[in-house]
Formats: sequence, C-alpha cells, structure tokens
Amino acid sequence: MIWNKQSECMDSTTKKALQSERLVKLVRYVYDNVPFYRARMDGVGVSPDDIKSIDDIVKLPFTTKDDLRDNYPFGLFAVPQKDIVRIHASSGTTGKATVVGYTRADLDVWAECVARCMTMAGVTDEDIVQVAYGYGLFTGGLGAHCGAEKIGATVVPMSTGNSKKLTTMMVDFGATAIACTPSYLLHISEVLRDEGLLDQIKLKSAVCGAEPWTEKMRNEIEERLNIKAYDIYGLSEIMGPGVACDCEYHEGLHVCDDHFYPEVVDSATLNPVADGETGELVFTTLTKEGIPLIRYRTKDLTSISRDTCKCGRTSVRISRFKGRSDDMLIIRGVNVFPSQVEAALVDVKEVTPHYMMIVDRVGNLDSLEIQVEVDLNYYTDEIKGIEALTKKITHVIQQALGISAKIKLVGPGTLQRSQGKAVHVIDNRKLY
Amino acid sequence: MAKQLSVFIENKEGMLKKVLNVLKVNDVNILSLSLADTTEYGLLRLIVNNPELAREKLIEAGFSSMIAEVVIVKIPHKTGSLQEILEILAEENVNIEYTYALTTDNIDASIVIKTNDLEKVRKIAIANGIDTVTDEELVALH
Repeated sequence: MIWNKQSECMDSTTKKALQSERLVKLVRYVYDNVPFYRARMDGVGVSPDDIKSIDDIVKLPFTTKDDLRDNYPFGLFAVPQKDIVRIHASSGTTGKATVVGYTRADLDVWAECVARCMTMAGVTDEDIVQVAYGYGLFTGGLGAHCGAEKIGATVVPMSTGNSKKLTTMMVDFGATAIACTPSYLLHISEVLRDEGLLDQIKLKSAVCGAEPWTEKMRNEIEERLNIKAYDIYGLSEIMGPGVACDCEYHEGLHVCDDHFYPEVVDSATLNPVADGETGELVFTTLTKEGIPLIRYRTKDLTSISRDTCKCGRTSVRISRFKGRSDDMLIIRGVNVFPSQVEAALVDVKEVTPHYMMIVDRVGNLDSLEIQVEVDLNYYTDEIKGIEALTKKITHVIQQALGISAKIKLVGPGTLQRSQGKAVHVIDNRKLY
Repeated sequence: MAKQLSVFIENKEGMLKKVLNVLKVNDVNILSLSLADTTEYGLLRLIVNNPELAREKLIEAGFSSMIAEVVIVKIPHKTGSLQEILEILAEENVNIEYTYALTTDNIDASIVIKTNDLEKVRKIAIANGIDTVTDEELVALH
C-alpha cells in the first residue's frame, strides 16, 4: 500500500522541478521573515535571487542546533506567534530546550508524512493502533497519533510508562499495530510472555523509532511477536517522526523528499559526499511555515540512494544510521548530551564537575548510571547525608535530562581526567 | 566531647587499605573504628590519637574526610550497663544516629555516641554520674 502515489512515486524530473520551485520560494520566505537567515545569507553573500533550482542549495549556509539555542525560544520562527498552533521541544546541548513551532498547515504536512510512513508499515483504516510514544513536548506521541488518525485508524493514545495496561488493552482491544521505541517493544514482548498473553494478541505491525536500532533487534521483535517491524525516523527540528520510514523491503528509509530535502555531507569539510558514501545527513524543510530550516545538520551519519525501490516508491532512501557525528546519546528515546550533565552538576557544590555516564541495555531497557565525584571538601559523617546528596543529584539530573539516572558517588580524583578530549560516556549498547 | 575522623570511601576492594596506609605512614594510631557500608560506598569512622593530622593527610591523599564531634561514654564491663545508659537517653528523647564501641582501659569499656544534640547527652551523663572521655584522655591513652 502506498498512501500518496502521486508524491511517493513521482518521476525524478517532476520531483526535481517541484523541489526547485519549493526551495526558491522557501529561501525568499526565510530571507524576508527570519532576520537570522537574512543575516546569515548576507554574511556569505548569497541573495534569494541566486537560488534558481534545487542544485543551488549548496550555496546556502548550514543551520545547527546551536543556532536554535542561540535564538531560543522563538527567534527562528517565520510567522507571528498567533499563527503558531503547536509547540514541541527536545533536548538542547545545554540547559535550554530546542523549541519548534507548527502552523496549522505544518501539522497537516506532518500528519500526511506520518500517514505515508504508517501506510508503508501496512497500517490502514481497519487497524487499531496503540501509540506508546510519550505524549507531550516530545514529538513522538502526538506525531504518530495525528498520522494514524489521518489514515483513519482507531488510535489508542497509550503514551509511555504503564506496560501492564498496554498489554491488557492490546489483548482486550485486539490492537493490530503499535508505535513505540524498539527497545520498549522488546520490553513489551517480555511482559506479554511473562503474562502468558503472547498467543492472545492480534498485533501485525510495529512502527518503531525515536532511537537507533539494529537489524538484529528487528529480527528479535518480529520473531518474538510474530509481526513486521518498520523503522520510522524523524527529529523535532525538522518535524518529528515521519521524516522517513522503511517499506516492506527494508532497503533503507524512504524520505518524504517533497517536504524534506536530504543531503549527505562530509561532517568535517561540509562538502557533499557521493551517493552511497557515508556522511552527515542534512535536511532543508521545503514546505514548513512555522520554523523552516535551511540545511539543518542532523549529526546523524548515513548514506543516500536514489534508485527506485522494489515497492515502487521513487523517493530518496537513507540507509540505517551508522552513528552520530556529535556526542548526543539517545536514551529511552530521549536525546541526551553529556554537556547537559556537566551544566547540571556545576550547581551542586558538593561534587566536582567530573562525571562518567555509563549507558547500557538491561532487559531491553536503557539504563543510565552517572558516576559523580564528591568534592574533596565535601563532608558528612552520616550515611543519610550521602543519601540526601545522591537524591539531590538524581533530582537535578532528572530535571536537566528529562530522564532518570542512577547516581553513583565516587571518591575525589577517581574519574579519568581529561587528556585532550575527555571521555565522559561509556555506551555498552551496540546500536549501530 | 571528642573528635571523630570520618572518611568517605567507595565500596570497592583496596579502598580501606589505602586509607589505613595513609594513617600508618603518618604515625596515626587507631583507637576504634567503625565502617558503615552501603552497596556503593562506605563511611569509615575512626577515633585516632591525632585526628587533625590524619584529616590533613587523608585530604592530601585524595580522600574526602571530616572531623565530627561525638560523645564517648564510659560503661562498666557488666551485663546490662549499655542498656541502662540507652534507657536514660531514650527517656530524655535523645535519638542516636550511630554508636560503636571503644576500649579505653582494662576495667571499663566505652561507647562512641553520635546524636543530633551532643551537649544534651553530655549534660545527661553528668546528671547521672556517667563518665565521659575527653580528647585529653584519648591522647593520654597512647
């Protein structure tokens, strides 16, 4: 099944003409409406008149997460606030969140793109879809929700955090599809097994995303639940889930490239790399009104292929992700930067700014331990004093990262000191 | 009132030995020792003959440590004597944070007591004719 044959199977000449038309319009739009882009373009001597086709995109400067932070919260919005109908936010590299805003038309495009992805995953208006991504500032829940609704499926907004209720309803409602992180789905499969419910479910497919996962995990999910699992990709800066998804052939993720134009560049030189070569994925939002982004660096490493897929779609495909070009971690679907931990610890006078994050996957769920050095001048002679300090840091970290971490206090001077680039993360999960 | 040395150590092999080594090379004698442990860390509490020197040297060696005030109460070597003292403290609503034993001479034993109100404990001891050990006496024990 293909949701929008016209867009998804468009021939390359027509697609290029459409992308070119949209880029020309977009560049004029941001130049006129976002002072940041005007200054950026003026700075490199590019005028909207220089952009005549999609090929001219390489003349435009890149945009990064830091630009979003520097213009926090609404500085990059291209429309007056009254035209923004929804706000979402994700982790920034430091204390400030990365904030995005959607116009009504943006929400329509988003639902359209998620509908395409869910259709790739075999979801139709006959299905009962449990959306088990977090609802709230995170784009996962509401994004998947609106796309499934657009298809006409029966949507059950589970959100996260109650596996028992999820499995009970999965059985009672006869849910046929689920949208959640792959690691959570593995966890759900264990809950189903432990409760002896595996033979009572009617699940057929899963739309999994918000974190990197391997082919091995896909096989595991498909075998355990006897379903098909699909890989959906997105990031809030660009839209949220629905930027790309893989079809039944699993040969890369189809990008909704009439809305999000992908490029792959060398993260050091920023020059485009050849198709098939690995580099950093860069997106330009061709139709977005609220917060259009020009050549936004995702820091995700992938490669691109342009040949027509066996499924008939002509859209550009990106390969399974091969890593990150920065130090961002995705833990339980939440973006986490080590710099956020550092920023949070600065305010805790009893500890040093030295820390070590140990990420692992225990029983299919991500675990995060943060080892923190107590300051040499810190003192207590009571266990409850240490426990209170541990609790305080746990709270500070939870506030900063939006996820809980196990805090382990270690003695002064015991963590590795920076010799050049400090190592702050040990990731024992094998995600790429 | 007496001074106690408290040291934060991680609960892993060799840590206690390292702390004790610092005390040994600086000629600090240990009169009593108590180790409160959790799965991840421990708090080592010591009565030593020279707590200030010990603390200074431990910090130099990278151990987070402090001097805490405690009361050391003498108790006779006979059945029920510790219970009697605790009975009195309980009647006076004194909550004991922790306690451990100490040998002060051949006839009597002593216990180290930490509460949230040490002065009150000292007064209760005086009022009930219970001897407490001073820092001077501790030094004299060597």
